Amino acid sequence: MKPASRPQQLLILIPAFNEVGAIAGVIQEVRAVLPGVPILVVDDASADGTDQRARAAGADVLRLPYHLGLGGGVQAGYKLAYELGYDYVIRVDGDGQHDPKYIPDLLRTLQETGCHMVIGSRFQNGNGVYTSSVRAIGIWFFRLVLRPILGKPVRDPTSGFVGVNRQALQVFTGSFPLEYPEIEALVVLQRKRFQFQEVPCRMRPRKTGRSTITAVKSLYYIFHVLLGVFINVLKFEGRRRKE
Amino acid sequence: MERLLNVTTALSVLLMVLVLFSVRRSHIRVEYSVSWLAAAVILFALSRSSSALTWIAGELGLSDPPLALMLLVFCIFVIVIYRLSVVISDLKDANIAMAQRLAIVEFQLQSRLPGSPVRSNED
Repeated sequence: MKPASRPQQLLILIPAFNEVGAIAGVIQEVRAVLPGVPILVVDDASADGTDQRARAAGADVLRLPYHLGLGGGVQAGYKLAYELGYDYVIRVDGDGQHDPKYIPDLLRTLQETGCHMVIGSRFQNGNGVYTSSVRAIGIWFFRLVLRPILGKPVRDPTSGFVGVNRQALQVFTGSFPLEYPEIEALVVLQRKRFQFQEVPCRMRPRKTGRSTITAVKSLYYIFHVLLGVFINVLKFEGRRRKE
Repeated sequence: MERLLNVTTALSVLLMVLVLFSVRRSHIRVEYSVSWLAAAVILFALSRSSSALTWIAGELGLSDPPLALMLLVFCIFVIVIYRLSVVISDLKDANIAMAQRLAIVEFQLQSRLPGSPVRSNED
């Protein structure tokens, strides 16, 4: 993978953990939509040969020495992208849930609106809603929690189909939630008074494997994320008082 | 009460010996043994001075000195465990940052090797 050549180069970041069954298909789909755009798979120490399959499919692979979890993997990819000088990074999950045909919409929104982060939202316009009932309840709950914090509604706060510009990339290289990062990342950006937009897109059922957030983990997820949001708000309020 | 104090003395001595042996065998680093040794010394001193314990119980409004001892033991170990949580969190953050850095450096090194998959993408 080459350092970004100006102007405004895009990197597709695919975090993956044991996604050997889906990763090649995701890479091929991205290639079909965006030929020539560099693809970086962050392999979170998979044990099933995901890294080899991704390389064989033509992607560059950043292989972590041990399992860091989703946030740790995504942040590693952000750090590399920032160091290589990329201006935009769009994250596509390695399980095939995100349809790459929406990547141009995300990129266009980043470029045209100047917002720092764009979220592929399955609830914008209500098209293509695919999610479990437990997750739907979680999304509804966090919409309510985030509304006053962000100062504007967010329809799909748990979506991992996100794009960031270089300014957000810089922030995330220094501070990025390590577990369940999507919601907390919004609050981290809010602390910097950054802007986000949502773009309608369609989510698909995952091609293989299982979600990391099982029904049993849902309560822990809600507690963990709420705590993370609360701590971030406290940091933000503390800093605002000092100003 | 005398029996409880004797048991506490024995436990504090046992804790001291255990920590010192662990340091000697490099199972615990010296800097992390300080909290445990301080806790053991405080427990030992309190268990050998019933007058001090009675005074502390009076100050805390407790009628029973053993209750004061238990409360102090609890507080001491909460402080030690809290300190360890801070240390573990720092270590985890450093560890994650190091793992990420290692992966990035390895990636960049691979991309410089002739014939590597990363290199061939560049060409």
